[in-house]
Amino acid sequence: MTTPQAPPAAPSHIDYLSERQGIWPWLLTTDHKRIGLLYTASITGFFFIGGFFALLMRLHLLEPKGALFGLETYNKLFTMHGIIMVWFFLIPSIPGTLGNFLIPMMIGAKDLAFPKLNLASWYVFMTGGIVTLYSMLRGGVDTGWTFYVPFSTTYSTAYVAGAAIGIFIAGFSSIMTGLNFIVTIHRMRAPGMTWFRMPIFLWSMYATSLVLVLATPVLAITLLMVIFERLFRVGIFDPSLGGDPVLFQHMFWFYSHPAVYIMILPAMAVISEIIPTFSRKPIFGYTAVAYSSLGIAVVGFLVWGHHMFVAGLSVYSAMAFSFLSYLVAIPSAIKVFNWTATMVKGSVSWDTPMLYAIGFLGLFTIGGMTGLFLAALGIDVHVTDTYFVVAHFHYIMVGGAVMGYLGGVHYWWPKISGKMYPEGLARLSALIVFIGFNLTFFPQFILGYLGMPRRYAAYPDEFQFLHVLSTAGATILGVGYILPLCYLIWSWKYGKPAGRNPWRATGLEWQTSSPPPSHNFEVTPVCTHPAYDFEGMKEELELA
Amino acid sequence: MTASSVAAEYNWLFWILVVVCGVVSTGIAFVVLYSAWYFRRKRDNELPPPSISNSVKMEAAWTLIPLFLFMGMFAWGAKLYFDIERPPDDAEQIYVVAKQWMWKTQRPDGIREINELHVPVGQSVKLLMISQDVVHSFYVPAFRIKQDVLPGRYTSIWFRAIKPGKYHLFCAEYCGTNHSQMIGWIYAMEQPQYQAWLQQGAAEGSLASDGEKLFHQGGCANCHHFDGHGPGPDLRGLYGTTVELADGTTTVADDVYIRRKLMDPRATTVRGFDKNVMPNFSKLVTEEDAIQLIAYIRSLGPAPTAPSSIGTAPDSYGKQPGIAYPGAGPIVNHTPGMQ
Amino acid sequence: MPDMVSNLSGGGHLPSRVRDHFRTAEQQRESEMLGMWIFLATEVMFFGALFVAFTVYRTGYPQAFGAGSADMNIVLGSINTAILITSSLTMALAVHASEVGNQRWLQVLLVLTMLLGCVFLAIKGVEYYQHYLDHKMPAVWFEYSGADGSKVQMFFVFYFFMTGLHALHMLVGIGVLLVILGRSLAGSFSAEYHTPVAVAALYWSFVDIIWVFLFAIFYLQGLHVMR
Repeated sequence: MTTPQAPPAAPSHIDYLSERQGIWPWLLTTDHKRIGLLYTASITGFFFIGGFFALLMRLHLLEPKGALFGLETYNKLFTMHGIIMVWFFLIPSIPGTLGNFLIPMMIGAKDLAFPKLNLASWYVFMTGGIVTLYSMLRGGVDTGWTFYVPFSTTYSTAYVAGAAIGIFIAGFSSIMTGLNFIVTIHRMRAPGMTWFRMPIFLWSMYATSLVLVLATPVLAITLLMVIFERLFRVGIFDPSLGGDPVLFQHMFWFYSHPAVYIMILPAMAVISEIIPTFSRKPIFGYTAVAYSSLGIAVVGFLVWGHHMFVAGLSVYSAMAFSFLSYLVAIPSAIKVFNWTATMVKGSVSWDTPMLYAIGFLGLFTIGGMTGLFLAALGIDVHVTDTYFVVAHFHYIMVGGAVMGYLGGVHYWWPKISGKMYPEGLARLSALIVFIGFNLTFFPQFILGYLGMPRRYAAYPDEFQFLHVLSTAGATILGVGYILPLCYLIWSWKYGKPAGRNPWRATGLEWQTSSPPPSHNFEVTPVCTHPAYDFEGMKEELELA
Repeated sequence: MTASSVAAEYNWLFWILVVVCGVVSTGIAFVVLYSAWYFRRKRDNELPPPSISNSVKMEAAWTLIPLFLFMGMFAWGAKLYFDIERPPDDAEQIYVVAKQWMWKTQRPDGIREINELHVPVGQSVKLLMISQDVVHSFYVPAFRIKQDVLPGRYTSIWFRAIKPGKYHLFCAEYCGTNHSQMIGWIYAMEQPQYQAWLQQGAAEGSLASDGEKLFHQGGCANCHHFDGHGPGPDLRGLYGTTVELADGTTTVADDVYIRRKLMDPRATTVRGFDKNVMPNFSKLVTEEDAIQLIAYIRSLGPAPTAPSSIGTAPDSYGKQPGIAYPGAGPIVNHTPGMQ
Repeated sequence: MPDMVSNLSGGGHLPSRVRDHFRTAEQQRESEMLGMWIFLATEVMFFGALFVAFTVYRTGYPQAFGAGSADMNIVLGSINTAILITSSLTMALAVHASEVGNQRWLQVLLVLTMLLGCVFLAIKGVEYYQHYLDHKMPAVWFEYSGADGSKVQMFFVFYFFMTGLHALHMLVGIGVLLVILGRSLAGSFSAEYHTPVAVAALYWSFVDIIWVFLFAIFYLQGLHVMR
């Protein structure tokens, strides 16, 4: 039953990028690293499409009556911005790109457990994306990314079903990715790589995958019901046909609140790698940080009701959801304190990834703290559905998830491309992102407190000043995002060779060449150190 | 902006949260920036001297201290929420019907407004709200109140204005093309001005009298005789009483129950009327009609065992003198005659 | 696993069915089984959401849902339940046959399982056709003379939605078994390597179990209403 196996992976100078060239070797690859790059290209495209919509919205809101568009166009813009950013950028962002690229290397495996499934997930994702984009080109969607019924099932005249089908399809790609990661982390670890020697990145991705696998099906079925009800005019959620619109909200948020953790946990994963590397210290409180990821994933499933405090919940169920929402804030707080403590007494460098990590710490703290406001029942009543909420979740999604993503891309760029990016320009753009972001979104907290409702195409005059500030910030932010796109592409070709381990980091992924060979390691590595063991690896890393 | 009875406490809690969170955030930011500067890397291959990377005591401290803080926030927030959600007994009830894209308000005396609501300062007002189409949300920032308005189901919110003025009313739940135009004004007025406003805004009939017309036009009286011998129950004295249902349970005949009887009659069957021949009116009556019909049934006399909060003061509304108006607050006595 | 060979050095010999990113056959087998279990967890959430929605409305409209359930054909439903449970048995026997390496029996039992699945679908089709003749097919032809038409219709919406989704899973299952049968005929399986049979059996049994719950909520509550 046995046949001789092919000779071991080719010598090191053939890396995964140069191995087989041409369009088909890329489109039919089962190499997790190439699939990671396919995802990177796709989500970058979606990010700039979604960002373009955001910029148009910000420009429109320069004037109280709206500067550019009619009401309906504006409504479609914020809907499409939300749909694209949530499902086609944020959710696949770090798992699809860095997760795919790094998980096998970090655990010392040759690939994910199911490479073909991994490739299939990208095709499914692109199919969903194209269906959604097509329905947007056909006329757009105007329901908001939340698809609240009965507006989406009965009243909207836009291409709701098309967009929902696209999201439904993309959901399966999430499930495939999550399943692949869980099995890989369980079964594919290299000899010696015990659970508690794993880098925190893997713990966080594991928690993310749990949420992907358990929450996404609920969204899929909920959207399927909306599509069914809309296309066949039968009652499921529409109250005029006996349905319950609040049931829809429960089912939608049962997915969409955990989805927040699908977006932020991977960013926490990245930050948990960057801070130890650039502080040259083991992460403070490894066990606490590892378990807090799982805590977030589990408790995160029990707090969806805090999106519905004014939706007609009974006061007692609202209290339960409020209480649980405070509990889910604890693991996040633990992480922030531990990251901070990791920096203390370290050797802290100011390389670009670390700048993003420090920016993340600040912005995520603000985003998390304002979450405490929204979890307080009485406070939520006034500020929910206002710009306060908009600012809050952008601090988490953009200040947290996108900063984490950019930090991660810069951190692992030498590994991915084998090249260094121009450091000065990179630091400058990190600064521009930080300033632009705060100028865009901090005024929105004030707008919300003053009572400016979200999703308004026009607004009373007294809010104009803060809107203008926000738009000014958005243009700066836009520059901050375009810069890395340019210099990273430039460095792909012209950057200085990075070498195996430019940061002197400890993870297994840095033990192999940059870019890595197709099978990652010429010899299956054996893990002999706990994670972040700078002291134990000081000879190897030439530290003193 | 402390324009309502809950706003002052709201602002207190909000700014205390700002201070607490601000102090903690500043502390974190200080440690991060201080470390980034003081422990900055001096040499490229620098390995910092060994230091602790684990401390159960510290983990416990930064788990438990936030937990206590959070529990405080939770408790105060929940208390405030109860204040915002639970109307006092003396609240005057006003009906709100939301539809794409306007707010319609109706009060017992029959005065109706669109995208406006006039209320007296110092008077608690309870809004019973329903949507004709999609989900809307009734939001008055200055009052610190918000409540989603759902189709097919009554929700309620209350407030007591404490400062005269003109305040924004926003729709806060996205409801379609003109969502951003679904805005109006709340006018909080001192009693004298409010009375003057009532005088000029006198309506043609009260809610109950409009409901009475509907009651006859819709053929309700064909079954609901007022002698107790019709195919349907006698509706006199129904409002506010406890109804025995065929399945052995009981329910209170409030707005929710009567509306449901109109829109979804098979949902409940009254004991003694097991055939339940009540037709479904959901396609025939609008939510505004339903409110008027409920007001009429309510006006048909107080329930014998009605709780004391249901007023029995002589009423001067409408065409039926002597009908008590349950739920009407103190300003009832000041209401001008309608004829 | 007699021929399980470590590949730590990168140059060892592996059984032919072990893909080259796995170190051992055991690792591959465990990965594939775990993958299917996790997939079934997503399926539980998928159907679970529907069961929750159904339960909410069933609680809200007990009479209408009872009236809808009374229109179910309990005889055909019971026969179908028996057929599916039997197919689980043949599937389990097929796994056993694959474990002892008896390809002939494996193929016979796979064919039998698929046949039972097809009979199930055929009977389901007959039921659907009866509902159509009764004008109980929402969105196509729905008439209901009694009160509460929209709620009875909602019962049927859930009925068609959930049993239709289940039938889709059955079709997928039959397709999967066809592939397994083809691989068995091609000689891919042996007493040493038969993981795909076990993985497919997990899926098949899960789809059976879902049916048992569907049978309970759609068919049995009507009996109670009819007394």
